[in-house]
Amino acid sequence: MALLDVLDLSVEFPTRRGILRALDGVTLHIEPGEVLGVVGESGAGKSLTGAAIIGLLEPPGRISGGEVLLNGRRIDRLPYEQMRRVRGRQIGAIFQDPLTTLNPLYSVGRQLLETMQTHLALSDTEARRRAVGWLEQVGIPAAAQRVDAYPHEFSGGMRQRVVIALALCAEPVLVIADEPTTALDVSVQAQIITLLKRLTREHGTSVMLVTHDMGVIAETADRVAVMYAGRVVETGPVRDVVQHPSHPYTDGLMGSIPALGARVPRLRQIDGAMPRLGAVPPGCPYNPRCPRVFARCMQDRPGLMPAGATDAACWLYGPAHA
Amino acid sequence: MPDAAHAPDRIVLEAEGVSRYFDVSRPWLQRTLAREGRRTLRAVDDVSFAIRLGTTLSLVGESGCGKSTVARLAVGLYPPTSGSIRFEGQSLSAARAQPDLRRRMNMIFQDPYASLNPRWRVQDIVAEPIRAFRILRTRRDIADRVGQLLIQVGLSPRDGDKFPHEFSGGQRQRISIARALSSEPEFLVADEPTSALDVSVQAQILNLMRDLQQRLQLTYLFISHNLAVVRHMTDQLGVMYLGRIVEYGPGEAVFTRPRHPYTRLLLDAIPDLAMMGQSQAPVGGEVPSPIAPPPGCSFHPRCPLANERCRVERPGHTRDGDVLVACHAVEEGRSAP
Repeated sequence: MALLDVLDLSVEFPTRRGILRALDGVTLHIEPGEVLGVVGESGAGKSLTGAAIIGLLEPPGRISGGEVLLNGRRIDRLPYEQMRRVRGRQIGAIFQDPLTTLNPLYSVGRQLLETMQTHLALSDTEARRRAVGWLEQVGIPAAAQRVDAYPHEFSGGMRQRVVIALALCAEPVLVIADEPTTALDVSVQAQIITLLKRLTREHGTSVMLVTHDMGVIAETADRVAVMYAGRVVETGPVRDVVQHPSHPYTDGLMGSIPALGARVPRLRQIDGAMPRLGAVPPGCPYNPRCPRVFARCMQDRPGLMPAGATDAACWLYGPAHA
Repeated sequence: MPDAAHAPDRIVLEAEGVSRYFDVSRPWLQRTLAREGRRTLRAVDDVSFAIRLGTTLSLVGESGCGKSTVARLAVGLYPPTSGSIRFEGQSLSAARAQPDLRRRMNMIFQDPYASLNPRWRVQDIVAEPIRAFRILRTRRDIADRVGQLLIQVGLSPRDGDKFPHEFSGGQRQRISIARALSSEPEFLVADEPTSALDVSVQAQILNLMRDLQQRLQLTYLFISHNLAVVRHMTDQLGVMYLGRIVEYGPGEAVFTRPRHPYTRLLLDAIPDLAMMGQSQAPVGGEVPSPIAPPPGCSFHPRCPLANERCRVERPGHTRDGDVLVACHAVEEGRSAP
């Protein structure tokens, strides 16, 4: 059984001009110990998927359909207090900007203590001992002294290390990392990615890694879900999605990334832009930009179907076409 | 290809020993109470480069390395603290005093949401340099020219009636490019022109910039933190660290055989599609504050090759083929290839 099952999840935002459907039938799953990369361009709904799973949708956003199951138990309709206990204890979260995650008025030790003692029955001395241990694990030098320091006394990379310690300290089974390295420089990004990979492997934690950076996904994830206009359009093992993408969008996305290894005269480009939420076309949402569009794409909406080594939401792999 | 009338190797912009310092001291009273002196940030420290007509020089580095300050120095938005910048053979300040030369340089900014006036229609934004430099006089001519410019960057002349908020990020960056081209410049400074954009849109803008360069024989100073983007765009490459250019040479020479340990670190640290599932051993540490850079070579605290000399003596540039490198280890042959 999968650790996390997201089935046909929809999220909508009521506005003055009608209801905007930001997530439209997202289906994905994460196995125990697995790293799932969720990739897409801005507005594709990847961060929203993470927020909906941990119950942190900003009102008036709301889940309008579908289910979220953690270890087979539904968590999308839990009352606030129960959900609060799932969050942190079972699902940890790492966000893009460490400064907004950390409370500037509390020392990092106090924040670690508070998180651990909320979720685990620990004495003060034991919790403090573990807090120092966590800071050592995430590579903070002189952890025993730094435990009483405040967030502003750490550099950007060190702060993100503290955030990782905070997300893992209550020993959750799943961590949702939303653009954990986007605010960091490349050399620091490599350190943080390596750290996150090592710690989650050691603790057997599953990771949902949300990012726009395909390079980070390629290095980190086991499987990938590619999102477009609020839907998962392709999912499969990372190697297959990167090297043999099935969906025309994934194919275009891979071609538009400049490679470090070689210089090409011209990048492949996808013309146009992702549709705005209120203006998603009927049928396949990618049909205005798709080079391989045909009649059925304009009318029927494709669901995920087997397409070679991956699953793609594309009629090219539909019964009539194949 | 440059024709014979233009000297093919003409240098458009040349910087020699350019430095730019900023005074970041606290206010006088606080400084006196805390008994501390003035503090200077050496944003750019003794930087030299030359850009030839129709080519691209890229400067790459992490945040705080001074690359954006160089961009601003190159168009005269800041005067240099010391050193000289020459545009078309004249000093930059003299060149900027002449409208005829000034209009031949322009800039594309990073954030297309902040760099376009939200209250102006696109046609007025694009026409502003045409009016300011009095390139065309009649309303009719200006409207025609704006239409041509919008077509040139892949928009429609009818988009001129719209306001910036009606466009996506990539389209806005096209508007910025149209505005930058409207004064018929030959030299464009692009400061992170695609880092606010999604990858599929980034590819559109990079392709557009290269098409325009070939068609109009533009000269670019291209600033980016993204080495893959730089590799795609550049002829010459400068790698910056804490205000200095640590490696400088033809892009392909630097990418195929990086010499400076920092360049190697940067190239290794980038997650690349080809690196699937591989773990690299990342170099530790972060970029130190440019207010109090380490003595000697400023990279020595993070450098795997650092020795006593690196901690004390600041390295000058040594030449290796076409490439200039500021590193004692390279100079002494201590770095393995």
